[in-house]
Amino acid sequence: MNPRLSRRRFIKAVIASSVVAATNARITSAGAQDRSPGVVERLISLNINGRTRRVDVLPQETLAYTLRYKLGLTGTKIGCNRGECGACTVIIDGVTNYSCSTLTHSVRSREVRTVEGLQGADGTLHPVQQAFIDELSPQCGFCTPGQIMSAVALLDENPTPTREAARQALSGNLCRCGAYDHYLNGVMRASGQNS
Amino acid sequence: MSDYKHIGKDFVPPDITGKVTGKAKYAEDFRADGMVYARMYTSPMAHGQVTNIDTSAAEAMAGVVGILTADDVPAVNAPNAAILTNSPAYIGDPIVAVAAEDEKTAEDALAAIKVDIDPRPFVTDPLDSLLTGGPDAREEGNVYVRSGEGSGFRTIKWTSEQIDEFRAGKEPGGEYANEWSYGDLEKGFADAKVIIEEPFVTIGYAHMSMESRTAMSYWENGTCYVHASCQSQSFFMPGLARMLGVELKDVVLISENTGGGFGSKFGAYPIVGLTGYFSKKIGRPVQLRISREQEYYMGSARIGFQGWLRMGFAADGRATAADVFIVEDIGANAAGGNASSAGGAISLVYDPEAMRFRSLPVLTNTTPRGAQRGPGQNQIATVMAPIMDKAAKELGIDRLEIRRTNAVHNDTTVYADQEPVTSAYMNEALQQGADMFDWENRKVKLPRNGSKVRGIGIGQGYHSAGTNGYDGLVRITPDGKVHIHTGVGNLGTYSYASTSRAAAEVLQCDWEDCVIHRGNTEENLPWNSYQAGSVSAFTQTRTNYVAAMDALDKMKQIAAEIMGGEADDYDIDGSRVYRTGNPAQGMSYGAVAARAIQLGGAYSGQTYPEDIHEITQRSVQNVAGSGLVGVAKDNLEREGVIPGLACAFVEIELDLETGKYDILDYVGVADCGTVLHPKGLAQQMKGGAVWGIGMAGLERHVYDPQNGLPANVGFHDCRIPTYLDVPSVSQSGAVDLPDPQNPFGVRGIGEPAMGCSVAALTSAIADALDGHIFGRTPVSPDMIVNHVAGREQSFKPLQTNNS
Repeated sequence: MNPRLSRRRFIKAVIASSVVAATNARITSAGAQDRSPGVVERLISLNINGRTRRVDVLPQETLAYTLRYKLGLTGTKIGCNRGECGACTVIIDGVTNYSCSTLTHSVRSREVRTVEGLQGADGTLHPVQQAFIDELSPQCGFCTPGQIMSAVALLDENPTPTREAARQALSGNLCRCGAYDHYLNGVMRASGQNS
Repeated sequence: MSDYKHIGKDFVPPDITGKVTGKAKYAEDFRADGMVYARMYTSPMAHGQVTNIDTSAAEAMAGVVGILTADDVPAVNAPNAAILTNSPAYIGDPIVAVAAEDEKTAEDALAAIKVDIDPRPFVTDPLDSLLTGGPDAREEGNVYVRSGEGSGFRTIKWTSEQIDEFRAGKEPGGEYANEWSYGDLEKGFADAKVIIEEPFVTIGYAHMSMESRTAMSYWENGTCYVHASCQSQSFFMPGLARMLGVELKDVVLISENTGGGFGSKFGAYPIVGLTGYFSKKIGRPVQLRISREQEYYMGSARIGFQGWLRMGFAADGRATAADVFIVEDIGANAAGGNASSAGGAISLVYDPEAMRFRSLPVLTNTTPRGAQRGPGQNQIATVMAPIMDKAAKELGIDRLEIRRTNAVHNDTTVYADQEPVTSAYMNEALQQGADMFDWENRKVKLPRNGSKVRGIGIGQGYHSAGTNGYDGLVRITPDGKVHIHTGVGNLGTYSYASTSRAAAEVLQCDWEDCVIHRGNTEENLPWNSYQAGSVSAFTQTRTNYVAAMDALDKMKQIAAEIMGGEADDYDIDGSRVYRTGNPAQGMSYGAVAARAIQLGGAYSGQTYPEDIHEITQRSVQNVAGSGLVGVAKDNLEREGVIPGLACAFVEIELDLETGKYDILDYVGVADCGTVLHPKGLAQQMKGGAVWGIGMAGLERHVYDPQNGLPANVGFHDCRIPTYLDVPSVSQSGAVDLPDPQNPFGVRGIGEPAMGCSVAALTSAIADALDGHIFGRTPVSPDMIVNHVAGREQSFKPLQTNNS
């Protein structure tokens, strides 16, 4: 298991999710003032790509939905909306997550990174993005942001992975075009190793 | 291998940066002011007749904006797909659509819609429908024949004895609907030393593009603006205009990026039309995206085969005769033609001296079928590979050799009419692949290692790979930029860009000075071919070539007009037109363009050739006066079949105890003429290999025979290959010999890249199991375990769609 994903953190996330689900029926307005115990406020702050974003979030709303339709961050793609394909992969506190299967309320006070947050302030591409261009990794491109986020998380943890380690790390990201070989070439190039 | 400046060189396609930064916009990423969300109530029955629809409760819900029923859209004749229907013919056939302010309300509203449906008999396996007394998928009949002489329904039944004989692997004796043949079949079999006879099944499966079908439409001043997930751009439009009941000029299609299509989105499909009608009815933009699960109900899927093949071989391995019979599962909407394409592929790839093809397209109440990567060719590729192996074994010749003996070459004649091919180098591809794979040393059978056995296989893939008659449009502006307008679409192969480089090649300009216009009708795009059928590379290099040649002629004429002499006295160097006798005398591309604007007429697109398509005409009218315009229809020579060819070599290690296998090595070699874009070709060869791995062992429809419900409705049910199912590294190569009917020697490759892979895998599985032929794809682990244990399989022979 990834050391950053501690058991304690995992359990806390699950509890937060169930609180949201359990209080669904009690939400009556988007007002942020009602902070009585057991009620989830809807206007919340999220830390997305290093910026604080205030957003009105429904109790059952997924992070993929919030990112795409509330915050306009459409780089995160929805391929299946049920935790199968990885097109919606984002990094939460250093760990990859399927944002289609993550409740937005569970990521308050956590750091969320999406594909839009990878470029430098001057627009310089992240090494993974540049390597994916150099290796012509994407085909249709729909799964690419998810592949990139998985690759970025891997290289943050392990800057020089073996090709096999990269293959395992990206295996939660499906690609119907079958561009796996070229994606792995991209990861190896980004890590400064020969592909 | 060439002196080309652009052809055969890698480059950075302009859209790739958007793909890695997340800025690339797909259909669902667009929003319009006031947009509402549509959802569909789809048939819960596999076949029925709607008797009543009550939407009153849904309409009363807060946030519901409108309802669309079959009465609001044009009626279509069965078996064609309607936008909405009252006669559903499969589970998932759309009946009612609802639009609401938000998606949740739209989905809640669906639950409030009450639809009464009288059930009708249904069928999921074609042989169940063929059996006397069996159910018909449509009231009008159980067979639908598409033919130039008139298409129509028929009711064809076989006796139980005929069905049983077919299941027993004997030549089918029942009635069929299509037939063609060439040569003397009787003599061919009489000349054969070995005759192989095998039944086969290939089960259909969904396309599973990562981006599910999505469209958003709105109307402004009588024009319908459509954002859609589609493979083709210009080619999509006539069908879309027809579907919407408007003139071509009244449709604007925006499709900058598409999240995969693989044949399923090459032409206008019903939900795109639905958003157009719905938007017109309620006066607001309407977006509809179907869910992942719905893709398996109402997306589209590969056609399935149940068939029988007899093939004769002479002592030297030469194929003397082939006799094939295919029952084609055409779903409820009667897609078709896969069987005949499969017959054509047998004729081309294995070149039997005589051949007969027969087929029967049978309707089933299953997911609509459509073209899917190598439709027909790739099903038969997987059938043929182990049959070739068996023939080689019985004749005592090498498996590579029997393929080389029958390999298609420049003088081969193919299909029913024994047409020529433009060029073909399968033999060279096989040799290159064998060298890369080290066939000679690896063909020696390794001993069994515990429960594990090795198998090696060879596969061959084919698809016709080019067409002609479309238009090209290029433009040089006074700033010296070369604008290449392409209407081919952006499926993800980068062929829109690599084929645009044909124009840059002719004009010798730097790639940095080129601007590609694409992805939106309002970018003034020419009439280009569908981006499907592996045709883009051949077809659009020709259209861009003829347009650039037209521009080049005009540049020389203008130079002569200004600097004297004849047009032929001038040449270009990529940025200047100069006098060949005196290179110092010349003018820049920009100056030529400025003069073209002054001169008007054909020089700047005020006039244009009469034979260009209406879509191109409108685009030229829009850009007229903005620069020097090169525009032309591709009237270049084209005669014969343009083959895209590929072969693959694979080694697997198969565990006899689990029935699972690992792919140890994969080599794919293309014969696609001159290589246009090396990295793009490698992508297609390797991506095609992944598709073949899925078809060979993983992907299939399963329907509940009790209710007709699709059971495999997710990426991990009808399982597409993951990183862990495919080799970490695979190899690809290309023959790289030019085709004479393309100005740059280019042919297409997308579909054969998959056919060779699925064929090589079935060949390798058979090899691992001492030549056993399952005659069925996909080959699942339980089939392998049952075979090894000597147990009966869990399905009847030839059973499909619920096995």
